[in-house]
Amino acid sequence: MAAEAVGSGGGSPSSARRRLRIISGHLRGSGRAALSPSPCKAQGGPAGPAAGSIPKKRQELLKWNGWGYNDSKFIFNKKGQAEFTGKRYRLGGMVLPTFKEWIEKTFGASLEHKTTSRASLNVNDVPPSIVNEEFLQDLRATNISYSQDAEDRVFRAHGHCLHEIFVLREGMFKRIPDIVVWPVCHEDVVKIVELACKHNLCIIPFGGGTSVSSALECPEEEKRTIISLDTSQMNRILWIDEKNLTACVEAGIVGQDLEKQLGESGFCTGHEPDSMEFSSLGGWVATRASGMKKNIYGNIEDLVIHIKMVTPRGIVEKNCQVPRMSTGPDIHHFIMGSEGTLGVVTEVTIKIRPLPEYQKYGSVVFPNFERGVACLREVAKQRCAPASIRLVDNAQFQFGHALKPQVASIFTSFLDGLKKFYITKFKGFDPNILCVATLLFEGDREKVLQHEKQVYDIATKFGGLAAGEDNGQRGYMLTFVIAYIRDLGLDYYVIGESFETSVPWDRVLDLCRNVKERIVRECKEKGVQFAPFSTCRVTQTYDAGACVYFYFAFNYRGISDPIHVYEEIERAAREEILANGGSLSHHHGVGKLRKRWMKESISDVGLGMLRSVKEYVDPNNIFGNKNLL
Amino acid sequence: MSKPGESQQRSPRSHIQLKQKELTSKKRDEFEDILEERRLSSDLRYAMKCYTPVIYKGLSPCKPNAIKTAVLQSEQVQYVIKQLAKEMGESPDIIQEEATEILDEMGHSMQLGAVRFFISFCLSELFCKYWSNIVCSVFLFQLQHAIQEHPVVLLPSHRSYVDFLMLSYLLYTYDLALPVIAAGIDFLGMKIVGELLRRAGAFFMRRSFGGNRLYWAVFAEYVKTMLRNGYAPIEFFLEGTRSRTAKTLTPKFGLLSIVMEPFFKREVFDTYLVPISISYERILEESLYAYELLGVPKPKESTSGLLKARRILSDNFGTIHIYVGQPVSLRTLASGRINLCPYNLVPRHLPQKPSEDIQEFVSDVAYKMELLQIENMVLSPWVLVAAVLLQNLPAMDFELLIEKTVWLKGLTQTFGGFIEWPDNLCAKKAVTSALALHSNIARLVNGHVVLNDKGEEDGAIGEIVFKRALAILMCGNYRNQLLNVFVRPSLVALALQMTRSFRKEEVYSCFSILRDVFSDEFIFFPGISLKDFEEGCFLLTKCDAIQTTQQEIYLTDKGSVIVSFLSAMFRPFVEGYQLIFRYLSKETREAFTEKQFVPGVRNFVFQLLEKGNTQCYEALSSDMQKNALAALVQMGAVKKKKM
Repeated sequence: MAAEAVGSGGGSPSSARRRLRIISGHLRGSGRAALSPSPCKAQGGPAGPAAGSIPKKRQELLKWNGWGYNDSKFIFNKKGQAEFTGKRYRLGGMVLPTFKEWIEKTFGASLEHKTTSRASLNVNDVPPSIVNEEFLQDLRATNISYSQDAEDRVFRAHGHCLHEIFVLREGMFKRIPDIVVWPVCHEDVVKIVELACKHNLCIIPFGGGTSVSSALECPEEEKRTIISLDTSQMNRILWIDEKNLTACVEAGIVGQDLEKQLGESGFCTGHEPDSMEFSSLGGWVATRASGMKKNIYGNIEDLVIHIKMVTPRGIVEKNCQVPRMSTGPDIHHFIMGSEGTLGVVTEVTIKIRPLPEYQKYGSVVFPNFERGVACLREVAKQRCAPASIRLVDNAQFQFGHALKPQVASIFTSFLDGLKKFYITKFKGFDPNILCVATLLFEGDREKVLQHEKQVYDIATKFGGLAAGEDNGQRGYMLTFVIAYIRDLGLDYYVIGESFETSVPWDRVLDLCRNVKERIVRECKEKGVQFAPFSTCRVTQTYDAGACVYFYFAFNYRGISDPIHVYEEIERAAREEILANGGSLSHHHGVGKLRKRWMKESISDVGLGMLRSVKEYVDPNNIFGNKNLL
Repeated sequence: MSKPGESQQRSPRSHIQLKQKELTSKKRDEFEDILEERRLSSDLRYAMKCYTPVIYKGLSPCKPNAIKTAVLQSEQVQYVIKQLAKEMGESPDIIQEEATEILDEMGHSMQLGAVRFFISFCLSELFCKYWSNIVCSVFLFQLQHAIQEHPVVLLPSHRSYVDFLMLSYLLYTYDLALPVIAAGIDFLGMKIVGELLRRAGAFFMRRSFGGNRLYWAVFAEYVKTMLRNGYAPIEFFLEGTRSRTAKTLTPKFGLLSIVMEPFFKREVFDTYLVPISISYERILEESLYAYELLGVPKPKESTSGLLKARRILSDNFGTIHIYVGQPVSLRTLASGRINLCPYNLVPRHLPQKPSEDIQEFVSDVAYKMELLQIENMVLSPWVLVAAVLLQNLPAMDFELLIEKTVWLKGLTQTFGGFIEWPDNLCAKKAVTSALALHSNIARLVNGHVVLNDKGEEDGAIGEIVFKRALAILMCGNYRNQLLNVFVRPSLVALALQMTRSFRKEEVYSCFSILRDVFSDEFIFFPGISLKDFEEGCFLLTKCDAIQTTQQEIYLTDKGSVIVSFLSAMFRPFVEGYQLIFRYLSKETREAFTEKQFVPGVRNFVFQLLEKGNTQCYEALSSDMQKNALAALVQMGAVKKKKM
C-alpha cells in the first residue's frame, strides 16, 4: 500500500509524487458521483462537477451511524483480537494484539458486555418531509437536483457529536431537513436562496458533515420547511493561478479531493485538518478551521484570499484578490466562523504552494509532560516549529502504543524491546510518566535536515530523546483512524468525544492538569463506576500560546442516561477550560453546543455586533440553523 | 518524663477523663486521647518514632532554602522589585537585597530533628504535666485524604499560645505532614524560642504591612509557593490574634485571600480549608487576658516571661479538645459564585487587587470557616456553671447552681452546643470538679458558690471595683464560649423583650438592629439577617419557648423563663454598649483618636461603677469597647478619618 512508503524512505527524488500517493493512498475514495447536467460553466474550468471522492448518495460509501467509510472499522476478530478492517488506511487489515487488553484495563470494559446499534435506518421513524408544492414547482423549474428521500435527509440531519451518533444508533432525530438540494455551481445557489426567500423557507448549508458542535442539527422548533443545501456537487477547481499561487475553488470540494487535484498540477494548499477526508472548503471557512500543518501554511484565515458568499441580501465579495487591504474591518471575518448563519460560501480563492520536495516524520520522548511543554514553548519562541509538532501526554502515548500492529519479524520486536530498555532502564524514564512529541518536517531536503537538527537540539535541552520516525508517523496516522475507535467503544458501553481549546503558554500545564482532574472528579460524582480515560495533547503551537486537544471517554455501564451524564461532564470540562483562561474553541466552532458561553466569551457588545450583522444580512432568518448567536 | 509522683497525684482526674472520654452529643465516639499512649511510653521513643508522614501526591520535595530561592526568583517578586527600582530610581540589586532580608526574617527552616525535639520533649512534657489529657477527634482520615489530594490550609481557632504547635504535635502523633505555621513577628523578639519555633516550621509575618509592596509581594509569594508545591499544610489563625475573651474574633482576610489566590488563578486544582476547633477546659492565660482587657498592659513576649509562666504553671489545666473539622473544598465553595474572567486578562504574576465579588467571597469563606470552628467547639460543664453564676451574683446556693446548670445543659444541647458531659456523670460531680479546676475563679463557701472577687484585704473603693471586674471578666470569658451558640435565639429573646410586641415584623426589625450593633461582637454570616432570625425563632420553638404563626410570635408559659435567662445572658452586652454610646454622645464633643477612646470609656465606666450607678463591669472590657466602636463605624454613626 502506498501509504507505507511515507517518510521513512525520504530523499528519493520523486518524494513529491509520493506525498501525493500518500494522501490518495489513505484517502482513496470510490469516486462515483453521478454527474447531473448543469448549465454552469466556470471561467476556463472544466464543465460540470468533478467526480469527488464522496458520492452524492453518501450512504453508498459512508457509515450511516458512525464515522467514516463503511468498509473501515475496528472489530474484534474470531480470536478476540482487535483488527482494523478495509484497505484504505495503513492500519487496514492489521491485527492489534494489545488493544483488547488496553480497552479492558482502561475502561473496565469487557467483550462480553455488548450493546448493538440498530442494524439499519428505519425509514418509518423518520419525520415526514413537508414541502409545499409551489416551492417544488419553482425548484423543478431551476433544474437543480433534489431529494426528499428519508435516508438522504437523515444523513444531513447531523454531525458527529456523540449524542448525534447515539441518536442514530438508538433513536431518531425529532427534526430533520425536509428536502435536500444539490446545487452544482454558484448560480444554482443564488437561485435556491432566492426561492427560499420567496417562500420563506429555512436553509441549512451542508458541506462534509463532520461538525462536532451540533451545528447541523435542525432546530426542533423550526416550523418552516428546512432545505439542506448540500454543496458537495460544487467541487471543481475553477482555475489555478501559478503566478500568484492562488486557486479559485468551489466551496463544496472536500479536503482530500482538493489536495489530490491540486497535486496533479504540482501544488497543494497544505490545509490538513484531521477531518480532511470528508470536510469541505466551505465548511472550513464557515468554522474558522485549522490545519495540522498550519505552521507552514497557516490556518484558513491565513489561506483565504477571496470569498464569494450568497446571502438573502445578495452576494458578498471583494473587488480584487489581494494579499491584504485596509478597507475597514475585513468582511471575510464576518464570513469566517459564521457557521452557516449568514449565507452559503460558494467560491473561495485560496493560496497554494508547490508540493514539498521532502517530508520527514520524527518523534521525541520526554521524561514528563512538563518538560515536553517547556520544549514546545521554546520551539515556538525560536519560531522554528516544524510543519507539525504535537505533544501527547502519557495516557495518550499508552493509547497509541495499544494500537501498535503485530510486528512481523522477531528482529523488529527485539529492536522494540531494546529501545524500551534503553529509554526506561538506561535513561531512567518512567513509562507511566513519560510523554512523546511527534514531528512532521516538510520542505527542501537540505532545509528539512537542518531544521530537524535544530529542533532535536532544543529537545535535548529539555531532556528529550529522539524516538524515531516510525513513532512519529504512526502518531499522525492514528489521527485519521482514532475517529473510528469511538464506534467500537459504543459497542462496548464506552462513550467518548474530543474537544479542544487554545490557551496562553503560561497556563498550558495548569489547564491540562485541571481539566483532566475535573473530568475524573465529575465522573466520580456522577456515578461513573470506572475511572474515565481523560487525556490531552498539545497539538498546535503559536507565538503566544497553544492549542490543546482532549480526549475523554468512559464506561457507562450502570448509568441509565449516559448521554446526559456525558454532556454534563463535557459542560463541566468546558467551564473548567474557561476558568483556566482557555478559549471556547480553537477550531471546532461554537454551533449550538457551546452557544451558552458566547456572551461570556465575546461580551454583550460583541455579541450585539454579530447580531446586527445577522439582522442586516438575513432579516428573515432564512439561514435559521441557530448556530453561534 | 513526668515524675511518677506527679502523675499519680493527678491520676484520679485523669482516670475519669481517660476512661470516659465520652461526650454527650453525637460526636462522642469521635474523640481519642493522644496523651494516653504518651504517658505509657518514653519521650525518647516518641521522639525517635518512625515518622513517615502522608504527603501531597504532587509534592516535589525540597529544602526550606530552596523555597526561599524560588520565591526570590519568582516572576511575581521580580516584577515588584523591578517596579520599585524604576519608581525609586534604585538599583534592583539593592531592592533584591532587601527582599532577601525580608525572606530571611520571615522564612521557616523546618527541620524534622528540631520538630522531634521540640514536640517530643518540650511539648510532651509540658502537655503531660499540665493537662489531664489532650483529646482529639479521630476523624483524621479525612484530613489524611485531603493532604494527599490537594494543598491543605489548617485554620485553628486561637485562644492561647498553646495553639501554636498543638497541631504539629497532633499531626506528628498521627503520622501526617507537619504544617508550616504563620506566626506574629513578635515571637522573634524572644530569644531561642523564636528560632526554635522557626525550626519547628513557624514563619513570621509582620503585624501590618499593607503599605509595603515589597513585603507584601515577598510574603504572599512565600506562602503561595509553599501552597502550590504542596510543601506542607499551611496553618494560620483566621482570628489574627488570640481571642482574649474566648469569643471568636471577626476574621482577618489578608492571609486567607493569599492562600485562596492560587485556586482563583487555577494554579492548583483545589485547596482544602480545614476548620479546627481547639477548646480548653481552662485557658492558660486566663488571668493575663482579664488584666489585658482592663488595660493593664500585657508583658512583652520574652523567653524569661515564658519561663516564669512555666513556673506559674504548677496547676492543672484540664482537658484540651481538638476537633479537626471536615476539610472544605474551596472549589466547591466557589462553584458558580465567582467570575474568574479578570484573572484571565492579566498575566498571573502581576499583583492584582481582587475584584469586589472576590473580596466578598473571601469574606464569606472566612465567616463560614469561623462558624464551623464555633460549631465544633467543645464546651465544658464549667462554661455552663459560669453562665449561671454570672446571673446570680454575688452568691448562689450550690444545689440551685447544680439544678440550673443541668437545665442550661439541656438548653445548650437543644441549641446545638457540643458539651463534654458524659451521660453517666452525675451533675453534682461535674459541677464539683468544674469548681475544683477553676478554684481560682469561684469557690464553695457554706453551701454557696461565690466569686473570688475580694483582695486579700479591703482596699480603696477603686481597688475593690478592679478586683471585682477582674473576677467577673475571668468568669465572663468562660460564659463567652456559649455565646456564639446562643446568640441567634437570644437576640430574638431580647428583641421580644424590647419590643414587647407579638408582631413578627417588629421583632425582626429589632433583631436586625441588634444583629448589626453586635456584628463585631459575635460571628454572623454576612447578609443573612432574616435567616439568622428564622434560625433563632426555630431554636426557641424547639425548646418550647415560643410558638410562631405566619405573622406573630407568642411566648409560651415555659418560655418566659428561657427568654429572661437568654436576655440576661446578653444583658451585659446591651448595657455595656449603652454605656459606651452614652460616653460617646455625652463625653466626646469633637473628634478623638482611637487611642484616647479606650481609656476614655474605661474611666467613664469606672467612675459609674465606683458610684454604684451601674453594675455592668463588663463594659470595662477593652474588647467590648473596640467592638462597639467598630460597629458604629460600620453603621455610619461614627466616621473614621486619617489625620
